[in-house]
Amino acid sequence: MNDFINALALFLQSAVTMGTPLLLATIGGILAEKVGHLNLGVEGMMLMGAVIGYVTGINTGNPFIAIIAAGLVAALGALIYAFITVSLKGNQIVTGLALTIFGTGFANFIGSSLVGVTLPASVKGALSDFEMPILKDIPILGKMIFSQSIYVYVSLLLALLVWFYIKKTSFGLNMRSVGENPAAADASGINVTLYKYINICLGGFMCGIGGAYLSLVSVPSWQDNITAGIGWIAVALVIFATWNPIRAIFGAYLFGAIQCLDYKLQNVKFNFFGNPFTINAQLLSILPYFMTIIVLIFINIRKKKENQPPAGLGSAYFREER
Amino acid sequence: MKKVFTLLLVLTLVFTTLVGCKKEDGTDKPGTTSDNKGIAKEDLLIGFLYVGPIGDQGYSYAHDLGRLDLEAAGYKTKYVENVPETADCEKSIRDLIDQGCNVIIATSFGHMDWTYNVSLEYPDVKFFHCSGYQTGDNMSAFFGRMYQIRFLSGIAAGLKTETNKIGYVAAMPLAEVVRGANAFALGVQSVNPDATVEVKWTNSWYDPAAEKAAAVELLNSGADVLAQHCDTTGPQIAAEEKGAFAVGYNANTFDVAPGAFLTAPLWNWGVYYLAQMQQIVDGTWEASNYWGSMDTGIVSLADLTNNCAPGTKEAIEAAYNAIAAGEYDVFDGPLTNNEGIEMVPEGSTMSDADLLAMVWFVDGIIGSVPKSN
Repeated sequence: MNDFINALALFLQSAVTMGTPLLLATIGGILAEKVGHLNLGVEGMMLMGAVIGYVTGINTGNPFIAIIAAGLVAALGALIYAFITVSLKGNQIVTGLALTIFGTGFANFIGSSLVGVTLPASVKGALSDFEMPILKDIPILGKMIFSQSIYVYVSLLLALLVWFYIKKTSFGLNMRSVGENPAAADASGINVTLYKYINICLGGFMCGIGGAYLSLVSVPSWQDNITAGIGWIAVALVIFATWNPIRAIFGAYLFGAIQCLDYKLQNVKFNFFGNPFTINAQLLSILPYFMTIIVLIFINIRKKKENQPPAGLGSAYFREER
Repeated sequence: MKKVFTLLLVLTLVFTTLVGCKKEDGTDKPGTTSDNKGIAKEDLLIGFLYVGPIGDQGYSYAHDLGRLDLEAAGYKTKYVENVPETADCEKSIRDLIDQGCNVIIATSFGHMDWTYNVSLEYPDVKFFHCSGYQTGDNMSAFFGRMYQIRFLSGIAAGLKTETNKIGYVAAMPLAEVVRGANAFALGVQSVNPDATVEVKWTNSWYDPAAEKAAAVELLNSGADVLAQHCDTTGPQIAAEEKGAFAVGYNANTFDVAPGAFLTAPLWNWGVYYLAQMQQIVDGTWEASNYWGSMDTGIVSLADLTNNCAPGTKEAIEAAYNAIAAGEYDVFDGPLTNNEGIEMVPEGSTMSDADLLAMVWFVDGIIGSVPKSN
């Protein structure tokens, strides 16, 4: 039994490690979508953050500056997106995809000289696993959550903060109204453009530090295309979490666990009434998307108000069309 | 009237362009005199096609080291990175030939058919393709017997392990990868019959986070030495973080995981490239199907680090000498698969054809080769 608990704890620890970049990117996606902008550039922004975080980490030796730089460069990418979709009213899908392609190229270009360069010990040390005193002794949870990099604690804190911002502050109320009905928000004196710009850029910042988690903590080294599709899972996860940062925590760790499950179950033979079978890895890897579709079906059947996507999602706001 | 005139004009233009193209094509082809005379070194321009970026510290990087060996020896070279294994590959080859290349070296398995197509059109250009089987009058196939080196690296892992559990992170379930894992496991068993090798597939040639996650999973289940047939250094870093040890691949990545790195199987393509180019210069070149053994130097083992167990060097040298002298082969019988069925009877060994189509794991490997149906 002890063995089982220990194995479970280690498995969940891996799940949290895999889920953390997902969580940060999902929060970023939620922020943008809550003001009505579907940003498909998550993958690109994560890569931009990952590469700049790594470069800065190598050159300054300071993990804090590295993470901030990663966030800022991704926010800059989001700013381009915001300019095109908010000010120029460009198509959000096309602009987002372009941002992903741009971010990938940008990261591979900057990263070409980084392969094989290792992070200085000061960065590695500061971001390596840190066991929380007392809390680490809680069974399972202690290993799962409280024996992680400081980065993980910060990501959890950010999820709570963003939840508080969206649900409990007047700024959050304003930004939600911008996403639901920009015309009404405009009429009540909210600066729609400003809210959109700020939240899209904040979202970009989150995606950037999510990417930097990969290059600074979980992998940690520079590899071309280090995200390998995590950004797209995050886009699905935004829907899975029904635009709620707290649910995003569970969703991210669940999706992270599914990714780890692949390796866990690979050589395990199951027995179903005498019929031995193994679980197919490819089937497991479609699970996150499959579950997202299930959630979409449910929120559309139940029509619960707080689980609906922002009403203004995906459409540009023309003040003159009122 | 105006419309008819425009239409006529367009048709004339199209027609003249087409004729022009055809003419150009006809005159552009180099003279077809394949009398196999030598080509002066300064007249050779060698074009390389890489499937990935040369900065991957992996497969393409190793080929590029070979290209640099050629440059150092006074040959002129060109290269293209990230050449996909699709029809675009043909385009890249034609591009290189247009730029004056008279030797083309395609380095990835999936480039094979495209390279062959183009080789038929340019009889005076010499083509090389790595890791495939297709050859032609002016196209060679080449590869190295990496499994011999994996056997040797297995000895290092088998002597190091204390839990007798070794993890192996593998990319795609292809014969090359299966063969490598088998050779590694046989190497492990040659010095440590009690040890098992557990293979986990990432089902991707390239996924840094997944490769590390697979490695962490292997370490969590008790493995204390890892080996890999995938391109990133993720498994080595995971081993370092968990206080375990790792055998790398493709490049000497000691710096990435100085506390864990044992050794790594390496490719030395330069050895083959230099020999082949010399033959072209001498005028003795002929297309061939080459599968070089370790004693030619095309594959080698990275210098053993201090992380290795004492006695590793001697054990590996003894095995190397025995294989090089032909006393035994890695895949000598008797061999049973990991379901207990005898695959190679005592006294016989596996043929090259069998090795190139190997899809079963030897006894002592935990894992299975997914069926490709």
